[in-house]
Amino acid sequence: MNPVLFAICIVTGVGILCAVMLVVASKFMAVSVDQKESDLREALPGVNCGACGYSGCDEYAKALANGECQKTNLCIPGSDGVARQLANVLGVSAEDVIEQVAVVRCNGSCEVAKIKAEYDGIPSCAAAKQLYGGQYACQYGCLGFGDCAVVCPQDAICVQDGVARINTSKCIGCGLCAEQCPNGVIFLLADVHTVTVACSNQEKGGVARKQCAAACIGCKKCEKACPNDAIHVIDNLARIDYEKCTACGKCVGECPVHCIRHEDLSGYYRF
Amino acid sequence: MLKSLAIILMTSVLVNNYVLSKFLGICPFLGVSKKVDQATGMGIAVTFVMLLATAVTYPIQTFLLTPFGLEYLQTIVFILVIASLVQLVEIVLKRYLPALSRSLGVYLPLITTNCAVLGVTINNVTDGYNFVESMVSSLGCGLGFLLAMVLFAGVREKMENCNPPKAFRGLPLTLTAAAIVSLSFMGFAGIVDNLFA
Repeated sequence: MNPVLFAICIVTGVGILCAVMLVVASKFMAVSVDQKESDLREALPGVNCGACGYSGCDEYAKALANGECQKTNLCIPGSDGVARQLANVLGVSAEDVIEQVAVVRCNGSCEVAKIKAEYDGIPSCAAAKQLYGGQYACQYGCLGFGDCAVVCPQDAICVQDGVARINTSKCIGCGLCAEQCPNGVIFLLADVHTVTVACSNQEKGGVARKQCAAACIGCKKCEKACPNDAIHVIDNLARIDYEKCTACGKCVGECPVHCIRHEDLSGYYRF
Repeated sequence: MLKSLAIILMTSVLVNNYVLSKFLGICPFLGVSKKVDQATGMGIAVTFVMLLATAVTYPIQTFLLTPFGLEYLQTIVFILVIASLVQLVEIVLKRYLPALSRSLGVYLPLITTNCAVLGVTINNVTDGYNFVESMVSSLGCGLGFLLAMVLFAGVREKMENCNPPKAFRGLPLTLTAAAIVSLSFMGFAGIVDNLFA
């Protein structure tokens, strides 16, 4: 027999044998994928951020498909559009998603925050926090090493002048940064609210003032200015009750240290 | 007999490490070594596929290719067989062991035609090993790959926390680190013969 032909026959034979084996295997051992589940998975954005409370889009889709989870509005990055699609697939009525955006409750940039000691260790907030609470005199504020920026799936955070800043047009409100921050400076704000207190310092006025020029001194001027009784100084720090706040902005103008501010959510991007 | 097997195992894990001294399988070594757990997953998957591939390609070599004088078809036949074998394993795992399939899932298709896997099967033939020796050798190679992956992932995780000059960031630093890790494995040369003397 012609050696070339023989070689071709052998390789073809092996190939066909393998193909038959694979076909038989895929026929007999096919795993039935739930159509509903794959449709649901298709509708989800696939960011795998975990904001829904499941470990990823796959898991959320699975929980929805087998009825373990009834809520279609848990996907915060996906927003109303995705909630509607999910509801369509499941044949239930859609609920609106409460969209959230991460906000940094600290304004202590390099110019205003007093530095207690130079920190020259591992450049991470978690590490700095363990060494006498970081380099700043203020124990409550942003540590400025950007642990939040590292975990952000959307690259929405950057550290500017020693404080994490959030690009609200990129933020999907997954909350990974809020979990990461060792001082809990970042919190998630429902995007209907726009007024925030950009400080976390709970020291008494004088002490806070020495630690950082931008710190809330607990003067209660905002309390008096508020027509809705929505802002209160608790533990020397102004806190806003978002159930009552109408974002009128009267407190913003009143604050002597300018630590109450209007968040700019204008560029807030939605899927 | 046992001693020679032990020598084959130790040699393939430490001295002839596929990644660090033969430079095979560099792609997953650099690509999937960012986190220790991912590197472990990849290493286990490679070990598994190497064993399986050797178990199948050895009979093909001995009973099909050699008797008919078709040794020159070795590479193409081996690739064909290994690729379809891995596919088959994936189907079987998905059906019967979904948990294992999910943890190996991403890595299995990646290594169907990995050069380290092909290299092990071909080197077993070239070295003239019998079936048992081939299996031990591929187990050793797989473990060696796993060891290299885990060690290097550990090195890379440490490097995450340092602050190198800008020009060194990313791949340059990774390759330099790989070279140093590889250099450290050179120290094992000659150690195995004395270990079992």
